[in-house]
Parts: sequence; C-alpha cells; structure tokens
Amino acid sequence: MIGNSLRWELNAFVGFIERQKNLYRRYWLWEAVWLLYNLVSVLSIGYLAAGLSTLGLEPGQASLHQTQLYLLVGALLWTYLSLVFFEIAFAITWERWEGTIEYTFMAPVKRLTHLLGMSAASLIYGIARTAAIGIALVFFFNLDLSHANWLTALAIFAAATLPLLGLGIFTSILPLLSPEKGEQMAFAVQGVLLLISGVYYPISVLPAPLHVVGILSPLTYTLSGVRESLLHGLSLAGALPTIGILLLMGVILVPASVWCFNRAEVRAKRLGLLKRSG
Amino acid sequence: MAIKASELNTAAVELHGITKRFGQPARRPFGRGKVKKEKLALDQVSMHVDSGRITGILGANGSGKSTLIRILATLMTPDAGTASVFGYDVVTQPDDVRRHINRVSVEASFFKEMSPWENMLYAARLYGSGGKGTRARVEGMLERLGLPLDTLDKPMKQLSRGQQQKVAIARSFLTSPSLLLMDEPTTGLDPRSKREVQELVRTIRRDRAATVLLCTHDLEEAEVLCDHVLVLDQGRVLAEGTPAELIRAHAGDVDGSLEDAFMKLTGKRLEEDEEAKDE
Repeated sequence: MIGNSLRWELNAFVGFIERQKNLYRRYWLWEAVWLLYNLVSVLSIGYLAAGLSTLGLEPGQASLHQTQLYLLVGALLWTYLSLVFFEIAFAITWERWEGTIEYTFMAPVKRLTHLLGMSAASLIYGIARTAAIGIALVFFFNLDLSHANWLTALAIFAAATLPLLGLGIFTSILPLLSPEKGEQMAFAVQGVLLLISGVYYPISVLPAPLHVVGILSPLTYTLSGVRESLLHGLSLAGALPTIGILLLMGVILVPASVWCFNRAEVRAKRLGLLKRSG
Repeated sequence: MAIKASELNTAAVELHGITKRFGQPARRPFGRGKVKKEKLALDQVSMHVDSGRITGILGANGSGKSTLIRILATLMTPDAGTASVFGYDVVTQPDDVRRHINRVSVEASFFKEMSPWENMLYAARLYGSGGKGTRARVEGMLERLGLPLDTLDKPMKQLSRGQQQKVAIARSFLTSPSLLLMDEPTTGLDPRSKREVQELVRTIRRDRAATVLLCTHDLEEAEVLCDHVLVLDQGRVLAEGTPAELIRAHAGDVDGSLEDAFMKLTGKRLEEDEEAKDE
C-alpha cells in the first residue's frame, strides 16, 4: 500500500519535472532572452570591476583581480539563486496565468510532491543555465581560480539547496494569499534578498538593522562560503559550520514553508481563490 | 480510477445542506477599508446523484452551478453542510475524492504552448500512469474523437476551440474517472463541435459506466442527454426529476419543453441570460 502510494507520488514528481522541461522547450525563445539578459548582467558586473582602475582607484593588479572575482562569483551565484527562487516562487502565479491552476490543484497528488517536483525542475534548469553563463565568463575574463577548492564550493552549493527551496515555497504562498498583489510581493522579497545577502558586498557594510536581517538570510552563508572556497580555497572542514547552518536553516524552512503553504491553500479554498482569474 | 465493488452501491454524489457565501464582511480596524457585498452562492443545497447516470444541473449565470462543481472538485470548501463523492468527504478526504473525479470546464485548462500530447502526458502522470503505452492510448482516443493525429504535437493554442474541448474530454477519459464533472462543456462551440461533444458524453456513459454531472445552459442538451435534472436558481434547488417529470409537472402543457418548465420555475429564460452575458 505504502509502496503503491510512493510509486504514485514518484510518477507525479516525474510528471512535474517533465512538464517544466516541455515548457522550457516550448518557451525557448523567452528562455534564450533571459539567458542573454543574465549573461549581460554578469558581464557588466565583471567589467565594472575591471573599470575600477580607470576611475583612479589603483589598488594593485592582484587586488583588482580579487575584486573582480568577488563580484563575478556574487553575480553568478545570484543569477542561480534568484532563478531558482523565482521559478519556485512563481509556481502558482504561472499556473494561474496559464489557466491550469484548478487542474493541478484537483489532481490526486500530495502538495509536497507538487512543490518538490517544481523545485527539482527549477534546480536542474538553474544549474544548467548558470553553468552556461559560467563557461561564457571564462572566455571574457582572465579568471585566476588556482586557489579554488571546488569540492567545498560544491558542498556549500548543495547544502544551500534546502533553505533556498524553503524560501521559494514561502514566497510562492503570496500569490495564493493575494492573487492580484502576490506576484509583485514576490519581486519585493527577491529585491530584499539581493540587498541583505551580500551579493556584491560583505554584509558588514550594511547598517545594523539590515546587517541583522542579513545574518538570518541563508543566501548570505551560501555566498560567503562559496566565495571563500573559490577565492581562498576554504577547506571542507573549515566550511562545516557554514554547511551546518545552511542545513539547519533548510530543515526548519522546508517543513515550515510546506505547512504554511497548506494553510494558505485551505484559506484559498475557503475564499474561492483557487481559480484562474483569482 | 475504477470504482471499487464497495463503491458500486454508494451514491456517486451526496450533498446535505451545502451553503457557500462569498465576500463575507471582514472586521476592519476603525471601520476603514472596503467591505465586500455578501453573496449567497449556495443556500442549503441537498442532492443525491446515482452512479452511472448523467445528471444535469440547469441554472442561469450566478445560480451556483460552478460553485457546486468546484466544491465537488475539492477546489473550494463549503461554509456549512457536507458533500461526499462515492462516500468520501470532499473536505476531510480530498485525496480519495480526487482519485475518482475529473473535470471538463467551459474553458479548456491547458498549457497553451504545450502540445495535446505533452498536456495529456502530464495529466497521465498526475493520475498514476504515463509509462509505456500511453502514447498509443492517447492516439487511439484522439482518433476515436475524430481529431487528426497531426494535431497531437502542435501547440494547443493552434487548435480550434472545439478541438481543444475534445482534447479536454480525451484527457478526462485517460484518467478513467468514476465521476466526470462537466461545467458547460459545449458553451461557445459551433453546432457541429457541440453535437460531437454531446455524442461523446453519451459514449462515456455507454462505454465506461461513469457518472456524469453536467452543468449546462442548454436546455435542449439537458433534455436529450440527462437521465435526471436539477434546476438551480439563486443557490437553491427549485426542482428535480427526469426531464419528462419536470416537463409534466412544471411546463403547464403536455407538448411543453424543458425550457417552458425552467421558465415557469425560475421566471427566466436561459437565452436572455446568455444574451445579457454576451452584451
């Protein structure tokens, strides 16, 4: 019985990934535009660092390289993190926009399967798109990653997946609560994460209240941990506290976000919000 | 999903005192902000639908038909009363209800950029299949519905509305529902597509022993398709019976029609309602 249920849910899980793959393929032109946009954004940040010397700031060639790497790693990671966050956070908005929200929500599938299926598709797509940008960067910049510890970077990257899913699922609740304003609110959350998570600067430069909020953001630990690994060769043992914090945040955020999502779904059913027009 | 032996003797749908209100006035600080006007969508609705029959729900716009369908589809919870599908409560056992139902709505709910095949494969996955042999099943179904096979891999948005509705019906067949909820499946279709969809509804019952709950504006459609009809107006069931019984009891003429009975009961003509909606 449990085996049958698990098989059923696994089949649906594959269905969500397959559906997203088909949607990415069918909307390939849009995806190509977004890829180009991301690439251009990351390149701009890289050239911003390169251009610092022309502004009269002459910190020395080595420091300039470090600054460029610091910013590029931040920009590349932000591309990935924001893409995955956006894809999960807009799972409901997208269904409403396509007009399929009712069909998906009346399907005999656990909501956890639905959300994890969407998340898995976002992660796979996010990694592929970010890898493509990363490869392009090698051709544009003379990157010195001789000190990088790739294993540590990968371990932190993997540990960051859980809290990232939690944040995405939390934000995907917004369009359930408010069909009209939820989408814009998700953009606002994304903007706040960009400000407080140390994407382009260490969070120590933020005013005290924002600094405190930054400490609570899992993206802060992801960014600083991956940076330390790639720029200064942080060892796996040295990264364990960061990995531990990220996993702990994930263990709290994922179940909490799924629980909140279920509560929001109950509310949406009571108010009749589970429909395409909102 | 096939009906279990234990479910055969159970009513397909059972409703007791279902009430649903929208726009309930919320308490707001200092009485500020907009307070929505309350609307009673369903008012103490009770009904019983036998398995294996086509039951029609007739009503004008705003009569509560779609709210009723959405409650049975587990997309909405009632404020009061109980609703069950094959004995499973729609509020407390939604997973069990969902395994027995599917829905064809007035607007086909598809990913418009995806093809019929991709949409149907997605549906199959959600309903426990989708492995080997699914493509052949889908092709067989579409052929039976008179859809050319070259439409199978085109984006849905390139299909006509009639074709989309046929794909919606084929998708519901694919999941083998015991209860098919059809919310105005022929509204807006050209006469030929409409006839074809109506023929399909007959086939569903004949071939699959499925129960169909059909919400419709079209009284002729109800008269020829339905075994049992309920007239819903302003959230209340005004009358129910076979089309012949309703005509006999309410049309006021032996040669009367279901439309005459409907007018007598509600004081409305559904055509007027449709015209008002179009305007």
